[in-house]
Amino acid sequence: MDIKLDGVESSMVLIKQGAEARVFESTFVGRRSIVKERFSKKYRHPTLDSKLTLKRLNAEARCMTKARKLGVSTPALYAVDPLQHSLTFEFVEGPAVKDIFLDFGLNGIVEERLTDIATQIGNAIGKIHDGGLIHGDLTTSNMLVRNGTNQLVLIDFGLSFTSTLPEDKAVDLYVLERALLSMHSSCGNVMDKILAAYRKSSKQWCSTLNKLAQGDIAFLWDCSTQIHHKSEMKEIGAAVGACTIIDTYRFSYLIVN
Amino acid sequence: MTVLYPKTPPVFTFLFPCFRKSHTIMAEKKRVIALGFEGSANKIGVGVVTLDGSILSNPRHTYITPPGHGFLPRETAQHHLQHVIPLVKSALEEACITPEDVDCLCYTKGPGMGAPLQVSAVVVRILSQLWKKPIVAVNHCVAHIEMGRIVTGADDPVVLYVSGGNTQVIAYSEGRYRIFGETIDIAVGNCLDRFARVLTLSNDPSPGYNIEQLAKKGQKFIDLPYVVKGMDVSFSGILSYIEATAEEKLKSNECTPGDLCYSLQETLFAMLVEITERAMAHCDKKDVLIVGGVGCNERLQEMMRTMCCERGGNLFATDDRYCVDNGAMIAYTGLLAYAHGTTTPLDESTFTQRFRTDEVLAVWRGKESSQVSGHT
Repeated sequence: MDIKLDGVESSMVLIKQGAEARVFESTFVGRRSIVKERFSKKYRHPTLDSKLTLKRLNAEARCMTKARKLGVSTPALYAVDPLQHSLTFEFVEGPAVKDIFLDFGLNGIVEERLTDIATQIGNAIGKIHDGGLIHGDLTTSNMLVRNGTNQLVLIDFGLSFTSTLPEDKAVDLYVLERALLSMHSSCGNVMDKILAAYRKSSKQWCSTLNKLAQGDIAFLWDCSTQIHHKSEMKEIGAAVGACTIIDTYRFSYLIVN
Repeated sequence: MTVLYPKTPPVFTFLFPCFRKSHTIMAEKKRVIALGFEGSANKIGVGVVTLDGSILSNPRHTYITPPGHGFLPRETAQHHLQHVIPLVKSALEEACITPEDVDCLCYTKGPGMGAPLQVSAVVVRILSQLWKKPIVAVNHCVAHIEMGRIVTGADDPVVLYVSGGNTQVIAYSEGRYRIFGETIDIAVGNCLDRFARVLTLSNDPSPGYNIEQLAKKGQKFIDLPYVVKGMDVSFSGILSYIEATAEEKLKSNECTPGDLCYSLQETLFAMLVEITERAMAHCDKKDVLIVGGVGCNERLQEMMRTMCCERGGNLFATDDRYCVDNGAMIAYTGLLAYAHGTTTPLDESTFTQRFRTDEVLAVWRGKESSQVSGHT
């Protein structure tokens, strides 16, 4: 009890403030931890606000746990506080993939390490997608590499949801690609390496083929918020008929670039 | 047809002193004037605008259906046909100009309902040949944005465009107005309008306005579905839910029509503010501009203002004169394109129901600071 009071009450250091939550560094029963507190929105009706905040808090906790169950490393969830609207989880010691890749851009690429990280990313996404979990915000800043073990850790499940639709999965991959293109174009084609690993790790990427070939075309661009020229994509996508998650994602690639 | 537009009689200058004034200005520097036609939905409007954004006239007429009914394309087009010529006459008269003073004719190419769109396209084609004036086709959504920018002076905001037919979160980037979030089914105004039909509220002046007034009497918040997917929203499920449950709830006195309107507004607008905030964070912009018919709603403006204040930005909004579809916004946007060398040849002066905001190359932005910086 002493330890908890000591830790939680005294040292809450603000790390980041987002649109929906504040992230603090703290300690939980003596362990270094992260506290993510969702704050209320003044413009919303109080009833609606508390309903949404609670729903999203629970969803985030559930998705984080689900990813762990599916064999993807995430921070260990320590506590959920529905009154404070906060999640407390493990502080992962290690750099973000974003910083590693940026460093590659500045000081030259360590090919072996790059391949290892890309493979781990592909494997991790393949696993969560096969389990019907969509991360929703796959960027390199939401992936950490644990010191010592070099294990990839996925963080920030604030936009995650469960879905088995191929278009949702494709959007997930698409978001990651845009992030890679905009931040890490100097690292070469990381996405190809990620996709190769994804293809190996995910059993379902081809099982969607039949369903989609029957005319159930995935309008992945419809769902994505980061895509420009949606109309063009719709037309071309409809004309060609996307076949798999990766194909669907590839169309968008062709059209955007 | 020329008989309809006689040369301005001398007596005109006595009746309209501004006519004399406009002549003196023209003597110093020729004003660039556009005549704009808007008729994509249930309003037909004709506006006269100059390049600095001054609106010389902006009359419009709204097709109002009985309570419980919406407007259908054929009847709406007939209404527009009936009113467009008198509107052209009154727009010219009020602006104290003659057809000779007009530099270009602008019309709404889309998006909108096919039959009503056809009316302004046809009228513009006829006038263009009668008066020997160039045509400029305008995207309706872009016109709303440009009108909002010139009226409020917002420089580079995130735009929430909300009306009976459209719901989009837009920001300018690299030559185009990009859509960052939008509805994946019906528009927010459509959701409100159709709920007004359930309550058989009057369509005069607009169903949305009457919902807003009724909502002020609401006190009880009724839980409704809330559907935000990333930066996109969906309203059709909310409408189905409230349509299915309203009657029973009202019968059992569980709530009043006011409560329902209040809850519906609170839920819909919270969704809109949320996706706007996401887009702001994504594009790293601080200001918000609300345009479109639903943009008149004061509760929406209030909620958006609260959000903007929290983020240290400003809200820019206009009232129903500029928010609601009008001819001046088409004229002004067409004029911007015209001033940058864009015209539409006669054989390309078509209309289309589907015309996305990001299809338009906004040629006038970029060099705008030096060329078109005037505000009303």
